[in-house]
Amino acid sequence: MSVVLEQIFQVGFLAAIIRIATPLAFATLGEMFSERAGVLNLGIEGIMLLSAMTGFTAASLSGSLWLGVLAAVLTGALMGAVHALFTVALGLSQHVCGIGVTLFSSGLAYFLYRLIFGQQSVPPNIKGFETLPIPILSGIPVLGPAVFNQFSLVYMAMLSIPLAAFVLYRTPWGLSVRMVGENPRAADSAGVSVIATRFQAVILGGALMGLAGAFLSMAQFNAFTFGVVSGRGWVAIALVVFGRWDPWRSAGAALLFAFVDALQLRMQASGLGHIPYEAFLMLPFIFTIVAMAVMSRNAVAPSALLKPFRREER
Amino acid sequence: MFRLEARTSTPAWFNLALPLLAIGATLILCSGLIALAGAGVVEAYGVMFSASLGDSYAITETLVRAAPMIFTGLAVAVAFRAKFWNIGAEGQLLAGAVASCAVGAIPMPGPLAMLLMALAGAAAGAAVALIPATLRVKFRVDDVVSSLLLNSVIFYALMALIEGPWKDSFSGYPISPPIEDSANFPVLLEGTRLHLGVVAALVAAPVIWFVVARTTLGFRIRVTGENPEAARYGGINVERVLISTALLSGALAGLAGVGEVGGVHFQVMSDISPGYGYSGIVVAMLARLNPLGVVPAAIFLAAVMTGAEAMSRATGVPAFLSDVIQGTALLAMLVALLFTAYRIRRVGIAK
Repeated sequence: MSVVLEQIFQVGFLAAIIRIATPLAFATLGEMFSERAGVLNLGIEGIMLLSAMTGFTAASLSGSLWLGVLAAVLTGALMGAVHALFTVALGLSQHVCGIGVTLFSSGLAYFLYRLIFGQQSVPPNIKGFETLPIPILSGIPVLGPAVFNQFSLVYMAMLSIPLAAFVLYRTPWGLSVRMVGENPRAADSAGVSVIATRFQAVILGGALMGLAGAFLSMAQFNAFTFGVVSGRGWVAIALVVFGRWDPWRSAGAALLFAFVDALQLRMQASGLGHIPYEAFLMLPFIFTIVAMAVMSRNAVAPSALLKPFRREER
Repeated sequence: MFRLEARTSTPAWFNLALPLLAIGATLILCSGLIALAGAGVVEAYGVMFSASLGDSYAITETLVRAAPMIFTGLAVAVAFRAKFWNIGAEGQLLAGAVASCAVGAIPMPGPLAMLLMALAGAAAGAAVALIPATLRVKFRVDDVVSSLLLNSVIFYALMALIEGPWKDSFSGYPISPPIEDSANFPVLLEGTRLHLGVVAALVAAPVIWFVVARTTLGFRIRVTGENPEAARYGGINVERVLISTALLSGALAGLAGVGEVGGVHFQVMSDISPGYGYSGIVVAMLARLNPLGVVPAAIFLAAVMTGAEAMSRATGVPAFLSDVIQGTALLAMLVALLFTAYRIRRVGIAK
């Protein structure tokens, strides 16, 4: 136990938690915006993968990492628009469309990557983002080097949490998003365009998923591999439920998951693993399923989630 | 001007026309990627077709690949009929594979081993599917998310097994010990891989069609899916129907895993399923949830997968085209299904 405690208070360990949490935070906030507007986006896994690919490709061809990030964000937003086209404009099944978007995006990511880079024994890599220490703050003992000596995308993730909360709870647009997710009929009567608001929320969500993909291929791994996302999108779906569709709680859930994941990695490395590491990887999924069972009594999911809106139907 | 009008009934030929329309649209859309890769569209599709359906050996290979997708397609079709949203066929397949592998490794007479493998695999798949169904019935937990998340849980459980107690101590590879030779499914055609499990899959489709179309359980499944309130009013225990549906669906997905272990791989490894559970959703949707339609739909996807590898070797177009085709086909089919709900009417322009 003392070994575990020792691990926790190491700078490297804290920094690892933050790094693991970053893509999850982006993805979770993205999925949250979409679901708050009433649209479940199971395309997240594929959208993250495709964005990771386009981001990596743009960065590696242009030599500019920020151009890569832009490409990833645009890819995510575009795929969000595709999902919205099917689920919001055409009112098709959100589950099946989401799976379709994931299958399509992953297939396209693999296809284009193989087309552009060919089959190589060693996957091409790029010089990814470097850490950017924040003056003064990074000098704080333990916390400073762990939290304030990170990639710029990490700071963006940190800032995006309060920003997401502000947008969702304090702006007219955020109010519209919550209205179309809770009671689209009432929103429509109040003059809010349900279709347009849902489109915007799903596209914003997709852009955030794109940032998650960008972080994976341009800061965490500095390469695109077929396992670069490996279920993180599904984790984000779980974290949104776990975080009760709230930006702060969802980000907290991402941090908690990252803590467990970092601990698992450490224990694997230190040979402490009497318990198979897969047991730790399973935990967030099992936690979420149990949490859904416990929470379902006080329904907190957006009421109109999964329900297409058609104005003429009463 | 054109206008969308709600449709009350759909003609029977739609069942054939819509999937063909979706597949046609998919192949046209994906030909853009073939052109992008600098290959001839006709040539690439030609190679894909001839390598998967062009001669008898190719056909057997396609059928071997179709078998697990027939099972997962049936699993999804049955579940979706009752509006039990089972996205967990992938995990149920893996559970079936693990259970049948454990049973197949026990020395016993071949036929008994195969029977017990099938039973164990079906039971394991059913047990996994029971979780989201129970959570939905008892706790009103969304079955989509719970069944989807369970896929990851089962996958990590499988990994823990093959990297732990089942790990090959000799080579150190994360693969399970092989099943007994006597438990290997018999090959039906000398020189091919066409095994008993393929026949089982082809037989399962009409059986499940009969169950859904002609039995009391099937009637309850359909009514529950179409109108749960009416079902309840008519004295049907909707909760019990959902549980039965989940057990049937999970068992079918589990059998997909049994076939892969008994007839193709003879052991369990991490990539035993290249997403056959998710492909089952594509298959079921293309089949319009009709168990008989599952067979041609699964054969189509299998042909694309088998043919894509040959196409890649011949033309240099990445074989991942088959993954794009799967996703596009699913989305195209969903759009095509709009024609069942709406019809496009020409109306005069009001001056």
